[in-house]
Amino acid sequence: MNYALKFGSFLGLALTVVPAVLVFLGTISWSTHAMLMAIGAVLWFATAPFWLGKDKSAETD
Amino acid sequence: MTTHPTNTLTERLDAINEFDREPVSEEHLQGPGDFIGFYSGEHVAGTEFVIGPLFVAHGVTGSDLILGLLVGNFLAVLSWAFICAPIAVSTRLNLYWKLRKIVGPKLLFVYNIVNALMFCFLAGAMISVAATAVGIPFGIEMPGLSDLYPNSIGWVLTVLAVGAVVTILAILGFKQIAKFSKVAAPWMFLVFVACGIAVLPQLGVTSLSDFWSVANEKIWTGAPLEGRTHFTFWHIMFFAWFANMAMHIGMADLTILRYAKKWQYGFFSAFGMYLGHHVAWIASGILVALAIQNSGEIAPGPIAYLGAGIAGLAAVVIAGWTTANPTIYRAGLAMQTITPNWKRWKVTLAVGAITSVAALFPALMMRLLDFVALYGLLLMPMGAVIFADFWLLPRLNLRQDYAEWKQIVFSWPAGISWGLTLAACWGINAVWGLELFFLGLPGWFIATGLYVALSYVQQRKTTSGSSESISGDIA
Repeated sequence: MNYALKFGSFLGLALTVVPAVLVFLGTISWSTHAMLMAIGAVLWFATAPFWLGKDKSAETD
Repeated sequence: MTTHPTNTLTERLDAINEFDREPVSEEHLQGPGDFIGFYSGEHVAGTEFVIGPLFVAHGVTGSDLILGLLVGNFLAVLSWAFICAPIAVSTRLNLYWKLRKIVGPKLLFVYNIVNALMFCFLAGAMISVAATAVGIPFGIEMPGLSDLYPNSIGWVLTVLAVGAVVTILAILGFKQIAKFSKVAAPWMFLVFVACGIAVLPQLGVTSLSDFWSVANEKIWTGAPLEGRTHFTFWHIMFFAWFANMAMHIGMADLTILRYAKKWQYGFFSAFGMYLGHHVAWIASGILVALAIQNSGEIAPGPIAYLGAGIAGLAAVVIAGWTTANPTIYRAGLAMQTITPNWKRWKVTLAVGAITSVAALFPALMMRLLDFVALYGLLLMPMGAVIFADFWLLPRLNLRQDYAEWKQIVFSWPAGISWGLTLAACWGINAVWGLELFFLGLPGWFIATGLYVALSYVQQRKTTSGSSESISGDIA
């Protein structure tokens, strides 16, 4: 389960930044990039809160 | 000078810092990963969407920007590592408790008020930033770079709505939002990077070799916008160095770095400086150049939309919200010294109301560079006092933490050093015209020198009037 969540999170981050590079290279359009970034954001926030920082209980402030 | 402790005030301060008065114990120390995460998240904030564009507005050149940020951020990292961190790991106390020992509770009370107001204004800027994104779907007219006052009813309503939501969420669950902000940080940083890359073709950059020439022709052109002063390498370097002056040489990050296993963890601030204060500022500068080219609005929301569409708007809202949240919380902590009997929710509500009203004025956002410099300058002298008290007084055979030792509630050497330093900085600005961004450096030396000299006068006067020797008690 944890691996699936982490995979989803990293896929979300990849969808956030890779489409921008593809726009720069002229491979995809700006609108496709914007749509993929939105999907990446949803993926990241749907998965990352379940594992990121879970093993840390102490707060710094 | 009063030498009798005011119990009410002392009790107020002690109650607020109830769980923080002891040095951090060995088992609560944290590893490098926590500090890398903290600094990376803390310095990729909503305000980065404003600072990068303001550099463009001030007509900095590309080389001055890149070099200024490299050097200035490096100096900021050194300030954390060599000035703040060693004291933090040696005392393991937060800023307030360390300062209380040196300046006494009454002066700490004054410091808290100033600090709370600055936090309110800073959170106000963050709410303004978030409002520029929230207003887009409703077609709200955004304030321009030169707007200082609210420019439309729509803006006022949007800011008040965002302020209300941020305040209510801060009341309902500060800790949950703090956790959420840690989750959001890596994504937000990548949004900045993606925005900057995605708009390059629209500026005429089709290969990496084009970038530098286009950057100098269309982004960092060296020509300031109307009504803005021209920024040089020195402006950028000093701004980058002192953007977090309150945190490093102002010592606010004693509260964070006291959890570090080693003082060298201060170097982890580099992650915040070079990701947030370098890459994000450059990326947001690229975005605003496109907005200027398109004659579009140049507020944070619209420029983020240019780079990433809906995800860009979400990033502005989340960045503004998650960074306003801890700022409101910190302001609430500081404000609680004035209203000790108020419940936490009531203090947060009051702070949220002040913050929301402040956020109505786009001046806070559009003059953010000046505000950030002023904010750091106002609080920095107390950091210099801590530095001098910790390192210099023992070498002069003077006592550290004198206010605590003598039960003084208002340390006049610290109070006079604070006031005179600010007056001197104002004088330097008025007489020699030295801009706000540069005043922190002479100010720090003035504050340090004044505090050492006045402490010498205070402690020699005290000991010459009694037979008590302090030389044997120095830590």
